[in-house]
Amino acid sequence: MTMKLDKFCLVAAIAALLALIFPLSGIDGDTGKQVAFVGDIPGLAIAMALCVIAGAAFTWLGVRSVKAGIVILAVAVFGCWQAVSVLYDHGVAGYAGLGFWLFILSLWAFVWRGIDVIANFHSLDRGKQHLANVIVPVAFGVWLLFVWEVVVSGFGVPQVLLPPPSMIGERFVNSTDILASDFHQTFVKAVLSGYVMGCGSAFIVAIAVDRVPFLKRGLLPLGNMVSALPIIGVAPIMVMWFGFDWQSKAAVIVIMTFFPMLVNTVTGLNAAGKLEKDLMATYASGYWSTLFRLRLPAAMPFVFNALKINSTLALIGAIVAEFFGTPIVGMGFRISTEVGRMNIDMVWAEIALAALAGTAFYGAVAYIERKATSWHPSFRVRRH
Amino acid sequence: MTLKQVVNNVAEMPASKKAVVDIKKLSLTFQTADGPVYALSDVDLTIEEGDFVSFIGPSGCGKTTLLRVIADLEQATGGDISINGVSPHEAREQRAYGYVFQAPALLPWRSIERNVTLPLEIMEISKEERIKRAQEALKLVELNGFEKKFPWQLSGGMQQRASIARALSFDADLLLMDEPFGALDEIVRDHLNEQLLKLWARTNKTVAFVTHSIPEAVYLSTKIVVMSPRPGRIIDVIETDFPKDRTLDIRETPEFLEIAHRVREGLRAGHSNDD
Ligand SMILES: Nc1ncnc2c1ncn2[C@@H]1O[C@H](COP(=O)(O)OP(=O)(O)OP(=O)(O)O)[C@@H](O)[C@H]1O
Ligand SMILES: [Mg+2]
Repeated sequence: MTMKLDKFCLVAAIAALLALIFPLSGIDGDTGKQVAFVGDIPGLAIAMALCVIAGAAFTWLGVRSVKAGIVILAVAVFGCWQAVSVLYDHGVAGYAGLGFWLFILSLWAFVWRGIDVIANFHSLDRGKQHLANVIVPVAFGVWLLFVWEVVVSGFGVPQVLLPPPSMIGERFVNSTDILASDFHQTFVKAVLSGYVMGCGSAFIVAIAVDRVPFLKRGLLPLGNMVSALPIIGVAPIMVMWFGFDWQSKAAVIVIMTFFPMLVNTVTGLNAAGKLEKDLMATYASGYWSTLFRLRLPAAMPFVFNALKINSTLALIGAIVAEFFGTPIVGMGFRISTEVGRMNIDMVWAEIALAALAGTAFYGAVAYIERKATSWHPSFRVRRH
Repeated sequence: MTLKQVVNNVAEMPASKKAVVDIKKLSLTFQTADGPVYALSDVDLTIEEGDFVSFIGPSGCGKTTLLRVIADLEQATGGDISINGVSPHEAREQRAYGYVFQAPALLPWRSIERNVTLPLEIMEISKEERIKRAQEALKLVELNGFEKKFPWQLSGGMQQRASIARALSFDADLLLMDEPFGALDEIVRDHLNEQLLKLWARTNKTVAFVTHSIPEAVYLSTKIVVMSPRPGRIIDVIETDFPKDRTLDIRETPEFLEIAHRVREGLRAGHSNDD
């Protein structure tokens, strides 16, 4: 019988074994001694030993089931916890040595293998499948945060260059008041209103343009030109026209979102096939009846495409526009002032907020799209 | 052999029958980048009330084009055509006909039931009535139970049957059917042929029916129109006198075989014109 060795687990086992041998930390310049030893830290020693044992075992057994995947992920989670504790409780932060990095390598191999097994999980049980589909990106995201944390602390990267995620998280939790008011100013007031006005007006204009052939020919090239305008140039002018408050930001968003929506809707309105149009003609269906029963439903995939593009554009537009004048609140305002004060952790907290808001916004639009155009070939699942 | 037979002898016609479709010297030329395509040339045809007319002929001989001209989806470039005594455009505005296309053309975002009720919705018929009529039409094509399915969940043949139900749902007096059973297997096809005949015998609808199958044409029709391509034209019109309540058994009779033979001869003659 030929056994196929699990390469990832083999790497994990060897790296963990070497981690036990090589020095855990560098030498402190003042004392001339190594900062910490594995032998003094039982938790870490156990974690490394576990990695060696689990790695060796699964090298032979192979990681074939989700259960095995969960076991190695559990080992990895315990290892990660010990690694972080070593950094902060035993003073290894800034002094991490080869042994430490070998241990991280071992954890990396485990996590990779574990996520891989769960990502390849297929089940007819919708609940389980759904859970697996959620675990994979979450686990991957958490792992990236861990690597960021460990690398920044382990090498002692200056906080001005890149603060560790724990510090950003701490700042985030301690500044919820400021973040909430910034979110309200930028997202709720400027982004949502600008988005609704830009997309809504473009949608209506598209239906009008569709009826006038020369507009369709003339307006679309113009549209491409306007959407190529740099917002850096437009934003200060909008601030001059509409004042410092959210209205000028909404205006920038309207300019940014208008043409993607217009172009997509006009294209979508022409997406209905000739056969379907003939069909409606045989029923002597009028313009509005055909518009609502055939052309708009057929245009929906295009409309949602624009709505998704615009959801990201709108947030970027609002934040950048706030650099050019704003009342003393707003995500863009906060970023530009806190950078000046070297409060980089606050800047990162705002960036995290923007990422969360942007993802949630995009996700909401994508969710509605799924519900509204479930008939479209890209979504449907053949089920009887 | 004289292929062109003048069958529409006015003297023979019962006075009560009224012409549903009246076509005189009709021609249609498509202007394409590669020059003109003579899709129809010099077509004369009368379809009377209660007629079941089949169009048969090789691919590209203009069967679909002729049906589309009757339906006002294509404009003739010469000659005259009237539907129920008015222009095709007016007839379309009056919703005088139900059209079954060569492809199902179901709207993917509507369930089967809502596809069938689409014309009724456009005609502003009340909701209960719409559902009731959809039920009846779906039953006729044996798709009851599939109301809530979406088109992509049905096989190609089932989709085509749904599109037939849609054309039947609003009970037009004239049915234009472009190879409605082309995608179906023999057994289902026989069955639907029977259903269609029953419906026709019961309702006195007028049917214009395109097919590639000789037995189907002979079995269903009161009048078979044989066409030939380049330019598309009518080369023979054959009338049959099987009873309205005919059954599939007539396919074994000598009379049936004789007519089938004549249709085949006509088709063959049309083909040999090419060489
Ligand atoms: N829109 C159009 N533009 C140009 N040529 C066309 C157009 N529609 C049909 N034709 C041409 O007219 C001729 C008749 O076409 P038609 O679709 O009526 O044939 P058909 O008898 O229905 O054939 P089939 O049995 O394959 O369906 C063909 O030569 C076709 O290429
Ligand atoms: Mg055809």
